[in-house]
Amino acid sequence: MTDLPLAIDLARIQFAFTVSFHIIFPAFSIGLASYLAVLEALWLKTGRQVYMDLFTYWLKIFALAFGMGVVSGIVMSYQFGTNWSVFSDKTGPVLGPLMGYEVLSAFFLEAGFLGVMLFGMNKVGKGLHFFATLMVAIGTLFSAFWILSVNSWMHTPAGYGFNEVGQFIPLNWWEIIFNPSFPYRLVHMVLAAYLTTAFVVGGVGAYHLLKDRTNKAARVMFSMAMWMAAIVAPLQIIAGDIHGLNTLEHQPAKVAAMEGHFETQKGAPLILFGLPDMVAEETKYAIEIPKLGSMILTHEWDGEVKGLKAWPVEDRPNATIVFWSFRVMVGIGVAMMMLGFWSLWLRLRGKLFDAPVTYMMAMVMGPSGFVAVLAGWITTEVGRQPYTVYGVLKTVDSASPLDAPAVAISLAVFAGVYFIVFGTGVFYILRLMSKKPQNGESGLEKGIPLRAAGGLAAQPDNNQPQTIG
Amino acid sequence: MIFDLAFIWAGLIAVAILAYVILDGFDLGIGILFPLLKGVRHRDQAMNTVAPVWDGNETWLVLGGGGLFAVFPMAYAIILPALYAPIMAMLIGLIFRGVAFEFRWRTSRWKTAWDLSFFLGSLTAAVSQGIILGALIQGIEVESRAYAGGWWDWLTPFSVMCGVALVAGYALLGATWLIMKTDHALNSRAYYLAWYLMAAMAVVMAVVSIWTPFLDAKFMARWFSSPSVYYVSIVPLITFGLFVGLALSLNAKRDNLPFILTLGLFLASYIGLGISLYPHMIPPSITIWQAAAPDESLRFLLVGTAVLLPIIIAYTTYSYWVFRGKTKSGEGYH
Repeated sequence: MTDLPLAIDLARIQFAFTVSFHIIFPAFSIGLASYLAVLEALWLKTGRQVYMDLFTYWLKIFALAFGMGVVSGIVMSYQFGTNWSVFSDKTGPVLGPLMGYEVLSAFFLEAGFLGVMLFGMNKVGKGLHFFATLMVAIGTLFSAFWILSVNSWMHTPAGYGFNEVGQFIPLNWWEIIFNPSFPYRLVHMVLAAYLTTAFVVGGVGAYHLLKDRTNKAARVMFSMAMWMAAIVAPLQIIAGDIHGLNTLEHQPAKVAAMEGHFETQKGAPLILFGLPDMVAEETKYAIEIPKLGSMILTHEWDGEVKGLKAWPVEDRPNATIVFWSFRVMVGIGVAMMMLGFWSLWLRLRGKLFDAPVTYMMAMVMGPSGFVAVLAGWITTEVGRQPYTVYGVLKTVDSASPLDAPAVAISLAVFAGVYFIVFGTGVFYILRLMSKKPQNGESGLEKGIPLRAAGGLAAQPDNNQPQTIG
Repeated sequence: MIFDLAFIWAGLIAVAILAYVILDGFDLGIGILFPLLKGVRHRDQAMNTVAPVWDGNETWLVLGGGGLFAVFPMAYAIILPALYAPIMAMLIGLIFRGVAFEFRWRTSRWKTAWDLSFFLGSLTAAVSQGIILGALIQGIEVESRAYAGGWWDWLTPFSVMCGVALVAGYALLGATWLIMKTDHALNSRAYYLAWYLMAAMAVVMAVVSIWTPFLDAKFMARWFSSPSVYYVSIVPLITFGLFVGLALSLNAKRDNLPFILTLGLFLASYIGLGISLYPHMIPPSITIWQAAAPDESLRFLLVGTAVLLPIIIAYTTYSYWVFRGKTKSGEGYH
């Protein structure tokens, strides 16, 4: 095949594009499924209507987000084969069974109970309905477990050998699944999903509090979200730091790129900002704090930190991207923690429900979790280059025998379709969020029709009489 | 015939694909029939019959893809690049129809647009799946563990015929599902459509069945030489019997029977397909055993599958049970 490198670059862009769109939905639905389970549990325990109102309010949004997660996820399960067939053939014996377990233990569980969760309240009774919600929430976590195990193995492969045709073969499943970076990545991602959801919920609550500070449901969701911010954001920063040390141990080149270090040095500075230049092999315009880099990474003022020049040019990840995506992620994490702590202070003084400026900050921060999740994934995935299986299988040796035009056309189609379809979906979600939660939120009580997927008595946008029901 | 791990897995993958075809088949069929349903009430009602289960149905497709990657990685790595265009078309079709389940309830101004998206998405997915099947039957060129053909090899009169055939089959499944799940006007409409679709199904099944043996001498030998002809001729006989039964049950207005008999038609076609292809994973050159992953991979996933699959079947059945019976017009789900 001709023009292979171009085809590979296009295939990489296509994968990055489709997976970036996809991760937005699970990052939200992992957190939202758990939130819904908590709300329903609180409702069952206390019997307070406000919890049911919130459950119904967020259930409609969950249905939309989940649907988009499903269809964008089906694309992912076939992308491996269409564009990365050599990778698939070689890693299939190791990674395939893990993905098989994801489908069997997670996807079926979510899909099997989603119907009951969305439409079954008056068909199965409260207890069974809660069980269905719980199964959906557990399904999202199982899914995270398996897919992060797969991804982590690509970063820190373990427990494998090779057969005579060059395939990776499994030697020790325990080592494969619990590969060295997996526990750190799993905790970091699940916390990220929870934080992302918390800030969406907090942003929506803040929006409605700005309009009406007495809205009970808005108060409850804002308060719950700020508790999450205050507790989970600091935990996430600690988890991220530990994950970073694990990366330093297994992928020092990635850390060098994140830090913008080109020279190997003792007592390396912490570069706060700068512009890593891969060609000139230096970080330009650097603003740095002497020796702090070594202190953070090695816990010694004069510890030695490897720079990118320790690796051949073709083995270096792109520091320009990784340096900045890392800073975006960390910056948002710190801002989340500060908002969480500020809310604690407001709560202590009894001002949580009289803080319009804070509400505006929370609204601005509403989508920040998605940005942080994407920035984090860009950091870790671009930082893994030029390998698909770190240190073993190069990206350039992983692709299908592709022609650039075929990939280019399908990329263009995916781009067009995703912007139209998921753009519309996000618009519908925002429109649902802009409606204030009602006392006796429509949907699950008797007499009002509960309709198709997510259409729990949805109001058409021009409030015409319902066509059915 | 060797009864080993690769053979068991080929059987399991075959079952997963069959489960997908019949389960997503009827909800894709409803999408294909959408323009033939009269008015928004019928469309709402038709969609409501599948809304709680379509998501689970499509999970079998993920199992088919993921399972192939896990246990036959070489087949996965060859088939997907070979069928690049129809697979991409199928995925795009599934996106448009999948989101329509949600989106059409969120707007009235654009409802017709999402109805169209539901119809075209379902139709594209069905045609693509038929083409994928046809292209696989007619054979894929392989050299040293990789696809060696061109980008348009999948497009032949035979594969297009298979695309048309699957559309007719899914539409019949959709119509008989509606007969089972609805009443009154929509039920009558579905009966009316089912007659025409049954006729169409009979024609396309006959064409594909007669065409297939001419693609490959091995297929021909299996279907028309002694002694195998005495065994395999049972399949067309059963198929004929199923068509007669279907016509009688439509005539007698037995609401549940037409759907079950249509499932029987799919099963018979599938068995016929298996007779032609076995023992190949990718005709004409790659067998099940050549494509299989190492035994250690097959064993590891089989242990979990043996535990999880019965559980999955149990709660999927439960979910269908919760939403059993007719979905009445004007009620939606209460």
